[in-house]
Amino acid sequence: MTTTYLIKGVRPLGGAATDVLLRDGVVAALGADASGTRAEIIDADGLIALPGLVDLHTHLREPGREDAETVETGSRCAALGGFTAVHAMANTDPVADTAGVVEQVWRLGREAGLCDVAPVGAVTVGLRGERLAELGAMAGSAARVRIFSDDGNCVSDAALMRRALEYVKAFDGVIAQHAQEPRLTEHAQMNEGALSGRLGLRGWPAAAEEAIIARDALLAAHVGSRLHVCHVSTAGSVEILRWAKSKGWSVTAEVTPHHLLLTDELATTYDPVYKVNPPLRTAEDTEALRDALADGTIDAVATDHAPHAIEDKESDWTDAAFGMLGLETALRVVQETMVETGRLNWAGVADRMSVRPARIGGLAGHGHPIAVGAPANLVLLDPAHRSPVDPTASASLSRNNPYASIALPGRVVTTFLRGRPTVLDAKLT
Amino acid sequence: MKRHLLSAADLDRDDALLVLDTAEEMRQLADRPIKKLPALRGRTVVNLFFEDSTRTRISFEAAAKRLSADVINFSAKGSSVSKGESLKDTALTLEAMGADGVVIRHSGSGAPHRLANSGWIRGCVINAGDGTHEHPTQALLDAFTMRRHLGELDGRRVTIVGDVLHSRVARSNVLLLATLGAQVTLVAPPTLLPVGVETWPCETSYELDGPLPKSDAVMMLRVQQERMNAAFFPTQREYSRRYGLDARRMGTLPGHAIVMHPGPMNRGMEISATVADSARSVIVEQVANGVSVRMAVLYLLLGGSEPALSAIGEPAVATASAPESVPA
Ligand SMILES: [Zn+2]
Repeated sequence: MTTTYLIKGVRPLGGAATDVLLRDGVVAALGADASGTRAEIIDADGLIALPGLVDLHTHLREPGREDAETVETGSRCAALGGFTAVHAMANTDPVADTAGVVEQVWRLGREAGLCDVAPVGAVTVGLRGERLAELGAMAGSAARVRIFSDDGNCVSDAALMRRALEYVKAFDGVIAQHAQEPRLTEHAQMNEGALSGRLGLRGWPAAAEEAIIARDALLAAHVGSRLHVCHVSTAGSVEILRWAKSKGWSVTAEVTPHHLLLTDELATTYDPVYKVNPPLRTAEDTEALRDALADGTIDAVATDHAPHAIEDKESDWTDAAFGMLGLETALRVVQETMVETGRLNWAGVADRMSVRPARIGGLAGHGHPIAVGAPANLVLLDPAHRSPVDPTASASLSRNNPYASIALPGRVVTTFLRGRPTVLDAKLT
Repeated sequence: MKRHLLSAADLDRDDALLVLDTAEEMRQLADRPIKKLPALRGRTVVNLFFEDSTRTRISFEAAAKRLSADVINFSAKGSSVSKGESLKDTALTLEAMGADGVVIRHSGSGAPHRLANSGWIRGCVINAGDGTHEHPTQALLDAFTMRRHLGELDGRRVTIVGDVLHSRVARSNVLLLATLGAQVTLVAPPTLLPVGVETWPCETSYELDGPLPKSDAVMMLRVQQERMNAAFFPTQREYSRRYGLDARRMGTLPGHAIVMHPGPMNRGMEISATVADSARSVIVEQVANGVSVRMAVLYLLLGGSEPALSAIGEPAVATASAPESVPA
């Protein structure tokens, strides 16, 4: 028996205030029907309720780099950020390229119990881009893998990519491509433009991303399969996606919070906290990404939460690791870049951060509207809050937070996973 | 002057002229029997070299020693200063040693910025070459050399030829020469010019013969063999023909023009032996001037307690030019 909760005065999707009763893991009643039951009361005056957020792109680092993050600590970050499900990327050590490894990650997620951890399976053995991993075995395992990705590496071999796209049709899988043409980005350090030339950092041309997206969209159309594009970062990529969608092809895409907010100008500090793959781009790219997320060309926000041990970021720029934290700040960045700018209302945020990512990942228990009978996966946030980000106040084992001292709106107050609070009063339960 | 010298852009026109004037004073010292000044006595300069460069390290070492500083050479190759030890740990070690100045050479662009701005050390940081970013003291010694031959650089035309994309020397020279009022033309195949070069304070050309007759100085950059393998140009022969400085091309320069090279040279590639050894070549002089310029930089940044030349009883031009700019 779980506790019954009565959330009082909350505004679902930012609409009119109402009461929401959570019982036995589902939304049991709404409005007047919710009262009268004996329940733990949660005063949600002024708070907005969204369906629990779903992240398509999380690096939990376990197994292999438990000094940077574990499934447990990453799950804490997720819960604190309002997520009820995350997809754990496959670039662990060992790589999640077998049923054994994906089941291990899935089981660790269940044991942590703070959010659902859906493992992503590697497309190729060892992420080496040479031969297919046992995709069917991972799909058929207890982890029920549906998203396959060599993230960190691009599946650059066109023939192999074509076969992967075709093969996963057998179990309604999707290939999530890290679009980075490897020869065009050897030793690349930052967005290629006037700034990279001035800073003497090896440039990472937008075309290296766009060429792969165009190629993969054509391949997906040709074999009638589903393509998902990870962390889209350029205005040109947006145009290609818009074109692919206009053809009716099954192409979806995600954008990270940092690509919505931060630009390559930050590289002038040479502080590796701003070093990320794909690199931060220009202000024009940021604008295009925001517009694309607003009009649905980009389907989802995905964090690409990438914890790194302190020593891996304490070097000079070139030697430092790629990646930044994102789970705990994602919703705040989306409020800042999308809601405060009038591009999305809260229903739109729910769509891009819960409904669509759950659909892309094939997670039946997530991304439901807040309605009677739906799984009680909810996040309650305070939209009126605004404060500078404090990187020391993180549940992550890592500290590579690029938002240090940036004032962001919003605060996750409560997160419910199937009717059970994982976060109350902005603290883990 | 700013506290650190990380980029040639850290120097405004007055700063740059102060360094060059001070270097002129320092150079006079080379002609004296006692080549040493007490200016930095009791100060510690660390040469932190993560990348081999014997010539640059020796130049800085000689400069610091002539100013009576204590010099510690911290070299990455074959020591604990390697990938295993983070830049931060190295910095903290230097701080513990009481380094007043850190001269850093690193293969990563921006490493000196990182060292200077991270709060790990208190001493001043001098960039002795970082990746493909900058090499400001090289630009200063080049400007110093040009000035000795050509006088003030306002309106002078300087042509820089070669692998601009990968050259820290070119970046620093463009910035410093623009500050000093010279007109720079970069000459390279399009593959070896950085994206965005049109935003730099200079002109560019894909061919060499046009700019030469108008040049007061031509600087040939080293072109590494491996660039050919990465398809930046087809063959050494073609590069040499299109962008190399040989006797015929040198003949089209004005009579007073000088030929420069930051070294080490690929004779027969970007510069022919005849040109390198000709009367117009000031390449050997560049090396000698490097010590004077680095003395000036160390002196001005580390704030010698005494005017530069007073210790040897000179009228001390440095006293006239240095006071307010010299930190205590
Ligand atoms: Zn990726």
